[in-house]
This record gives sequence, structure tokens and C-alpha cells, in this order.
Amino acid sequence: MTDPAKSTPVPPGPVIRVVDLVRRFDGRAVLDGVCLDVQAGETMVVMGGSGCGKSTLLRHMIASMWPDEGRVEMFGRDLAGLSDDELDGLRRRFGILFQSGALFNSMSVADNVALPLREHTDLDGRTIDIIVRIKLELVGLREAMDRMPAEISGGMKKRAALARAIALDPEILFYDEPSAGLDPVTCAEIDHLIRDLSAKLGVTSVVVTHEMDSAFRIADRMAMMDRGRLLHVAPRGDFEAIRDGAGGGDETRDLIRQFLRGDPEGPITARRRSSGYAEDILHAAGGA
Amino acid sequence: MTPLPADQRRGALELIGAAALSGLAYAGGMALLLAAAARHAVGALTGHKARSGWRRLAEQIVRVGWRSVGVVVLVQTFIGVILALQMTPPLEPWGQVDKVANIVGVAGFRMLGPIITAVVLSGFAGASVAAELGTMVVSEEIEALEAIALNPVRYLVVPRVLATMVCTVLLAVVADLMIALGGYLASLALGPQSYLGYWTRMHDQLAYRDFVTGLIQAGVFGLLIGTIACHEGLSVRGGAEGVGRAATMTVVYSIVAIIAAACVFAMVFYVYKL
Repeated sequence: MTDPAKSTPVPPGPVIRVVDLVRRFDGRAVLDGVCLDVQAGETMVVMGGSGCGKSTLLRHMIASMWPDEGRVEMFGRDLAGLSDDELDGLRRRFGILFQSGALFNSMSVADNVALPLREHTDLDGRTIDIIVRIKLELVGLREAMDRMPAEISGGMKKRAALARAIALDPEILFYDEPSAGLDPVTCAEIDHLIRDLSAKLGVTSVVVTHEMDSAFRIADRMAMMDRGRLLHVAPRGDFEAIRDGAGGGDETRDLIRQFLRGDPEGPITARRRSSGYAEDILHAAGGA
Repeated sequence: MTPLPADQRRGALELIGAAALSGLAYAGGMALLLAAAARHAVGALTGHKARSGWRRLAEQIVRVGWRSVGVVVLVQTFIGVILALQMTPPLEPWGQVDKVANIVGVAGFRMLGPIITAVVLSGFAGASVAAELGTMVVSEEIEALEAIALNPVRYLVVPRVLATMVCTVLLAVVADLMIALGGYLASLALGPQSYLGYWTRMHDQLAYRDFVTGLIQAGVFGLLIGTIACHEGLSVRGGAEGVGRAATMTVVYSIVAIIAAACVFAMVFYVYKL
């Protein structure tokens, strides 16, 4: 495709660079000094419990939220310094798979995939139709191209949304909880698809998830978030070693281990218990 | 009347202040949206990809306007009948029953045609646009649009606001004709003094400006409905409940805005003798 935005050479260094990112909601820091580099071609999985800030981090990377402090760079350019037109040019270079799929419900599956092509390229209808079929075949959904989003299952919606996300041949793909709400088999299928797309299209991927099986299947590198901070960023093998190793000693590693294994006992649960439960009960009893 | 105690007075003042502030914030939000829509409208209809801009506008005109034609025809015929029947008794003692045609013409073309059409559209089109955009917000579709570098204002707001404007004007023309027809139908029941020469009298009474001022008002009412509906829809928070609220508030705010604007128009037209 002849998109002027694509001809910009990518400077050496990380494709995405998050530097000292701080974001507060009502005075509470949801992101508290996050630094993260994503290298070209790798699949980076950001994990963490609910409310740890991983989705907020993703939203800053896709320029749908803006930092209070720090910055997010993509292809070497600070997102906050871009004009609306420049930002739109950049948006054509990345694709996003939203948690719900976020298909346009008033359009068929094929029209959903065709929309970015119709609006951003000068290709004729026949060519667009062919590209749509190719993209849908990649996600195994060509047979359902004329169906409406309301008529297909959750897994099919995610695949259709993925086909839309790759319509413009993006260089980066963002996934927000790709396996949330799917059965194990569909979940494994989606993971396979993510790996497949990375391999076939050579895209850089950023995946936000709390599904550990899925995370270990797709990651090249992993980042663990907790309460608005990045605890640990390392290759997948490193996290596998933490998961399979013995406990005791370093608290951060224990915390990560509990999360990776899904253990009911450990630093995460101990933290919750020590949050003044007894005092709270006593206070309630005293006040009654 | 005893004056309120100081703290109650302060409470009342704070309430008024808070209401005024939120009113101002709302008007500001509307103005910003309208300004953004105006900025994008030119690009959407003249620039690159103008064809798809016109196609979306046509889709919205069909959706907003075409579906409302039946209701407008029905309601406005009733208005014509009501006007004729209610104006006849006061005219009778003066032997002026034939003037019903003049009254129906002026009241219909200058005011009731545009206003009632706009009220019908605020329920028909306004509520449905607000609900549609609200649902899109809730299901992440707006974010998805931005993610594929399509500006929601250009892609969604511009065609909807323009379509509501165009449709209110076109339907106001239909409304004028239907009110006149309704008045004629009632005159047929009222007797020959009423219906003989009905169309001639209405034609003689009405000036070109009666028609045009009505349509100008209709255009402004349409702009208000479209902007309020899009603003309410895009501000939806909190799931299905928020969507329902947006639809309801669109109708309420639209009707208030329409009547208020009509009042301003009446003053301006009176002062400038239009």
C-alpha cells in the first residue's frame, strides 16, 4: 500500500519506549513511574492482577490516554508532541484488538475489515474485497464474512476484530486481554493466531493479559505489573524459572511466583489480609 | 414572609450556583462539539474521501428523515384541524369565520410547522442518535474508530448533525402543507363560509418571508437536536443505564432548547418586523 506515513524510516532502538510514565486518577497514581522498552519484532506480554494499571498502560501506548508525567514514544517520536494529523498517520501503522472486539455492530464482518481500507487507501472496491478475504482467511473466518457481529460467537468476534486490526498491514499490534471470556480451546486458537501473525507478518506485539497459560504461550519477553509499577521485565525463560523455582527469600520473586502459579497463599493474599481487617471489624463493633 | 436563615440562604445560593455552573459547562461542551463538527464538515464533504462523506450523510438523512415522514404528516394534519376548530368560535361573533384560513396559514408556517416537526424529530431522531452513539461508546466502538484513525466527530457527528438539520427543514415544508390541509379538512366540516376560497385567502395572507422565517427556525432547531443528541450520546458513561438516560435527556434538553430558541426568534422577528 502506498501510504506516505509508512515510508518514514524507523530509527534504530526500541519501537515503543515508555519513560517514567505517571498517570493519576483522582489523585491516586494508577501508573507510578513506569519505564518499558518494546523492541522491533518481539512479543511483549504485560501481566498483572486486576486494577494493577496494565490496561491503563496500554491506553497510553495507543494514544487514547495522556500521561500526567513522563512520555510515551513510538518509532522514536513522543506521542504528546504530535499533531492530530501526525497522530492519525501513526495510528495507521498500528492495530488494536480490544477486549470486547469492538466490532462496528451496524456493519457485516467483511465491512468491518474493509472500513480502514476504504477510508485510508485509494484502492478500488474489487481490490479491497480481495484483501478483506485474505485477512479473514488469515484468521480463519472467510466463511462468516457476510454475517453481522451479533450473529457470531465471542471467539469469532475477536478473530474478526483481529482481521480488522491487521487490515492496513500494521507494524505494531496491541492486544487487550485477548483471551478474556473465551473457552480454553478458542483461547489456545487465538494464542496460536497471535504467534502466527508475529511470525508471518513480522509485527511487534504488545499483549496485556492475566491469563498465565496464554502469556507463556505467546511471550518473547514478559513484564509483571503490580500497583502501578513494573516489578520485573525479562525474557520468558526467566519468568519460567521463577515460576518453577522454590519460594523464600526475595519478596518480589515470591509475589511474581504466586501470581504466575495462581497460588491461594503468598505475598499478594497476605497483603490483602494485612489491610486492617481486624481493626475494621472492631471499629464497626465499637460503633454499633 | 420571614427571611430564610443564613445557612439555608447560602445553601440555596450554592444550589443555584452549581446549577448555573453545570449549565455553563454543558453549553460549553456543546459549543466545542459544534465547533469541531463545523471544522470537520468542510473536510468531510469536500476533501479527500468526500464521496464516503456524502454517502454517510445520505444514509443518515434516510434514517432521520424518511422514517419520520409518516408521523409528521399525521401530527401536523391534526394540528391544522385543531387550529381551525379552535379559532372558529372566537371569530364567529364578528362574522369573520372565513379568516380561519389566514390564521391557520400564519400560525402554521411561521411557528407550529417548524416547532412541532422539531419536537417530533427530537423524539424520533434525537433519541435514536443518542442511543446509537451511547451504545457505541459502551461497546468500545468509538475507541476502535479512533484506533483506525477515523475521527468520531468527522465520521459520526458531522453526518448526523447535518442530516438532522436538512431533515428538519424538509419536514417543516411537509408540515406547512399538512397544517394547511388539516385546516381545510376542518373547514369542510365548518361550512361554505369557511371552506369557499380557503386556499385563495391563505395564499393572499402568506408572504414569502412567513415561509422562509419558518424554515430558518427549522434549520436551527435541527442543528440543536443533532448537536444535543451527539453530545449526550458521546458523553455516555456506565453501560446500558447511561444509554437510556442519554436518550431521555436528549428529548428533554432538545424540547427545552427548541422552545427557547423559538422564543428568541419570535422576539427578533417582532423587533425587526420580519
